[in-house]
Amino acid sequence: MEKKTAAVSLRHITKAFGTKVVANKDVTMDIESGEILALLGENGSGKTTLMNMLSGIYHPDSGQIYVRGEEVHISSPKDAYDLGIGMIHQHFKLVDVFTATENIALGMDKQKAKSNRAIAAAIREICDRYGFDVDPDQKVYNMSVSQKQTLEIVKTLYRGASILILDEPTAVLTPQETDKLFAVLRNMKADGKSIIIITHKLNEVLAISDRVSILRKGEYIDTVLTKDATVQSLTDAMVGGKVSLDIDRPEVKDKQLRLSVNHLTCLNKYGVKALDDVSFDAYGGEILGVAGISGSGQNFLLESIAGLQDTEKGSSIIYYDSETNKPEELVGLGVPEIKEKGIALSFVPEDRLGMGLVGTMGMTDNMMLKSYENGFIFADRKSPRELAYRVKDELEVVTPGISTPVRRLSGGNVQKVLVGREIASDPTVLMAAYAVRGLDINTSYTIYRLLNEQKAKGVAVIYVGEDLDVLLELCDRIAVLCAGRLNGIVDARTATKEEVGVLMTHLREEGNSDG
Amino acid sequence: MTGFVSLFQAAVVFGTVIMFGSVGETITERSGNLNLGVPGIMYLGAIASLAGSFFYENSVENPSPILCVLIALVAAFLASALGGLIFSFLTITLRANQNVTGLTLTIFGSGVANFFGGSLNTLAGGVGQISVASTSAAFRAGLPLISGGSGVFSQLFLNYGWMTYVAILIAILSQWFLSHTRTGLNLRAVGENPATADAAGANVTAYRYLATCIGAGISGMGGLFYVMDYTKGTWANDGTIENLGWLAVALVIFTTWRPKNAIWGAYLFGILYWAYFYIMGLTRASQEIFKMLPYVVTIIVLIMISLRKKRENQPPEGLGLAYFREDR
Amino acid sequence: MDNAAAVAKKKEPLVRITRRESMKTYKSVGIRLIAVLLSLIVSAFLIYSITKVNPLKVYVSMWNGAFGTARRSWVTIRDVMMLLCIAVGLAPAFKMKFWNIGAEGQILVGGIATAACMIYLKSLPPWLLFICMLASSLLAGAIWGLLPAVFKAKWNTNETLFTLMMNYVAIQLTSFFVAKWENPYGSNTVGVINQTGREGWFPSIFGQEYMLNVILVMVLTVGMFVYLKYSKQGYEIAVIGDSQNTARYAGISVRKVVIRTMLISGAICGLSGFLAVSGASHTISTSTAGGKGFTAIIVAWLAKFNTFTMIAISLLIVFLEKGAIEIASQYNLNDYVSSMITGIILFFILGSEFFINYKLIFRSREGGAR
Repeated sequence: MEKKTAAVSLRHITKAFGTKVVANKDVTMDIESGEILALLGENGSGKTTLMNMLSGIYHPDSGQIYVRGEEVHISSPKDAYDLGIGMIHQHFKLVDVFTATENIALGMDKQKAKSNRAIAAAIREICDRYGFDVDPDQKVYNMSVSQKQTLEIVKTLYRGASILILDEPTAVLTPQETDKLFAVLRNMKADGKSIIIITHKLNEVLAISDRVSILRKGEYIDTVLTKDATVQSLTDAMVGGKVSLDIDRPEVKDKQLRLSVNHLTCLNKYGVKALDDVSFDAYGGEILGVAGISGSGQNFLLESIAGLQDTEKGSSIIYYDSETNKPEELVGLGVPEIKEKGIALSFVPEDRLGMGLVGTMGMTDNMMLKSYENGFIFADRKSPRELAYRVKDELEVVTPGISTPVRRLSGGNVQKVLVGREIASDPTVLMAAYAVRGLDINTSYTIYRLLNEQKAKGVAVIYVGEDLDVLLELCDRIAVLCAGRLNGIVDARTATKEEVGVLMTHLREEGNSDG
Repeated sequence: MTGFVSLFQAAVVFGTVIMFGSVGETITERSGNLNLGVPGIMYLGAIASLAGSFFYENSVENPSPILCVLIALVAAFLASALGGLIFSFLTITLRANQNVTGLTLTIFGSGVANFFGGSLNTLAGGVGQISVASTSAAFRAGLPLISGGSGVFSQLFLNYGWMTYVAILIAILSQWFLSHTRTGLNLRAVGENPATADAAGANVTAYRYLATCIGAGISGMGGLFYVMDYTKGTWANDGTIENLGWLAVALVIFTTWRPKNAIWGAYLFGILYWAYFYIMGLTRASQEIFKMLPYVVTIIVLIMISLRKKRENQPPEGLGLAYFREDR
Repeated sequence: MDNAAAVAKKKEPLVRITRRESMKTYKSVGIRLIAVLLSLIVSAFLIYSITKVNPLKVYVSMWNGAFGTARRSWVTIRDVMMLLCIAVGLAPAFKMKFWNIGAEGQILVGGIATAACMIYLKSLPPWLLFICMLASSLLAGAIWGLLPAVFKAKWNTNETLFTLMMNYVAIQLTSFFVAKWENPYGSNTVGVINQTGREGWFPSIFGQEYMLNVILVMVLTVGMFVYLKYSKQGYEIAVIGDSQNTARYAGISVRKVVIRTMLISGAICGLSGFLAVSGASHTISTSTAGGKGFTAIIVAWLAKFNTFTMIAISLLIVFLEKGAIEIASQYNLNDYVSSMITGIILFFILGSEFFINYKLIFRSREGGAR
């Protein structure tokens, strides 16, 4: 047995999806009572999968889990609750048509069940104690994102969880909300609870945690005391070895205006401004980075340009053709019109298999997505097939064959197929959203190289990224979005990480007044 | 006035069949299972109750009414719940498509029922209608004390077989269960968002199995009522039960997944269906157009709820979708 | 945590289920064959327990029922073609993940349109009458498919329930016309239309009464296969069926394609009403569709939208029906036994899909011993 009793002990945990993807490999670690443990790792390092095995969503392929010294098999979320483990997922587990109270009452054991009124009172009590703002009778579909997260936390607290797992909780929060959250977490720690916070944001790790456990590519690397850690040491552990990204940034002379965005405003489905009066120019021969906390309007920006998003009155997006320099207003055009007018726009969307590609189709059929209209009644398959072979060879796509459904390929190869297709159409403007998310280092560098090649050809590249180090080394300029507004454009060659970080989180005053 | 009274009476008897069917299906659909096997399940309930009481009546001299009722009820419930179990096993455990499985269940149920319905005849040793007079009479008995009055009010509301009131009671209980109990809350969550219900500790598989089997059992009562009350203990291979089964599915939509609305909705469907009989001067052809009304009204309701987009009136969000925890 | 101890005692689950990446064709065909075999054994027990007749004998007489004589074989083929035609019509809608449950109604309105032409236009020259019947049945089916499609495209109205309701509107419409065209008066049936002059009946080809049915449906089957696999519109359908977001991204108008595809789907189902009335029964009644619209849904689904696979599945189902009717008449049962057996076989095939798409991983021995 274990020498001392940790709140949770993981021993040799391995979990694979299918035969190809090993999400966690032989992970062994402990979580003590009364501590805040940060689980640090890049996207795709297996943090969430590991925690999902604690919360009963997944079951490990092999290995053991001990809770307070006893071996357990957590085969359902209910088991997890019974063990006092509560997890707050990135995608909230709430029923939209239920009220806050009903969501909290959901799934409670009979013997612990109380009347809705008693639950509502308990919610108010928890809210008063921590300063949350939840209306017990409000329907979830009327709530904002942060209200939903608050409800999730209140729910877990109400259930008396002693081990609390939060999966990237700050991604959707404002800085003030983050501070408030951290204050709550510290109170809970003082109560003797164990808190695991999954994150890849180093500043948060240093601000809140007692210890940091690091995962890399599904494997457990190390656990260190936060007070002994620095940004540098954690980064090294997270990415393995000292990061000197060393991304190429060729200098391109002849920069031509290719895209001019003016007063772009979009509403989200709830009628709230997702983009608010955004204006900037993009030039051929440069990579314009777009930075911001996730959900600051990045997707709305790219989708508006691509003709997938309705824009508000007064918005303007002027496109300048690379041959003729003829300006063309993109606002009001849908994808078919953009194609018809011969506007050379390429878009690598964030959701690769859900938007950029058809998962059940092979490479050839996916190449056709842009060109299937050629041909009279029957779609032309010959040139897409040739293109598929070319992309496969040039980008070294690993696939059993060009007709293998692309959803069976690994993430990196899926992205190569998508980027390969988008580049092949000789764009004037190339937009890429989170183009290296979840990719291994090698593929990431391939993507950087491809983007630089496009830049050298005079293409205006717009690169939405989340990793500031990459943005600062790859891009020429960085436009920073904050809560739907353009909070500043910096020169990536001279700007510091801190500078961009501040722009991401704090809306500048003049940004509020003009407009 | 007498015209309206008899129209209303016909509508109540007709409506009770589909009220059972629809309340049962509502419970099933609230769990996220779209069971298009309702007609088949009602068939199973009908034939099981008939066969059960037939063998009982033929085996004793003086059938006891209470035993008649019990045997028919238990047989109908078990047979139709078995239909629900087949559906659940295929769609939940073996993850078969719900629409296709439901339709297969309807084919199967109508086959079983009409096959045995016809064969009971042969087994009875001869020609003519098979009839379970004692059981039917026991089911058609009115409520003690209050039934039997001759006033208009009595005729409109009090003089039906006791199963009519059981249907209303079940609808009320189901509504109370869905909106006021913890288990009902969990059930609705399973139908709306199974991943959330699962994460909250509700056993999605168990809820769906139970809701589908119990729902099927209730739907099967519609078949029983049809045989025992509507056709007075006889059997005809005329496909009426199938039509009524689809009307029950329609009624679920009409009620916007609320059993309480089935109480008046079912009678309204009955009135719409029988209205042609009491409107003077209709040709036989135009009568058929009138019988379309319940379906047309349902289509209009379906369109209205999709136009108005009121969240509470939408079909359960997880309706028709399988849930597989590790799916990714 | 009073339940914690219970969780601690719990064993690792006995079986875990994971999705299969792919399966060899011979294996998946084998699994389906085993399913059919198992279902036949179950049905045999059922038949034996009712009739006390040797089930093997029963299956022999089933074979006789379906293929015993040339005439029977042709009727079997005719009914296969009818079922196949509907399934082919459903294929594009299902491939788009549009649940067209309304084939039953689309067949009936196609049949009504055909019968109307036969009754009112019988003085036209045969070729013109033929074209009128063809066109009007296609149009009627298309309209029946269009209605739910428009509401789905514009307001996302649930198409499963909408098309289902449309079936019953069509059934009542059929009853209306049956009452209107009743012949002889009081029979409540339309009777055989144009019995004497055979106006609007399918002509015999090569001396075979049902050859035209075969030709029409085979052309459709091949055509639909090509349409779905090679045409631009087929490609659009496939993209929408996989992801509407990707379709939007590619500039495919989801609304337009949904409506267009349902026009095609409804039209072909309407055409099968034409086959049923003009090419088979020469009459119209509410049982003209006779549940085939529902059975075809199962055929299309099981065939995974491959129209050639549909031939085999349609053949299996029609064979069962014909065989069961034969048993029924030989052993003095009623022919609903066919629905029962069909149901059982379909249950088994539906269940067998699980073993093709998923695999079970049993708890290893050492895990269990712990």
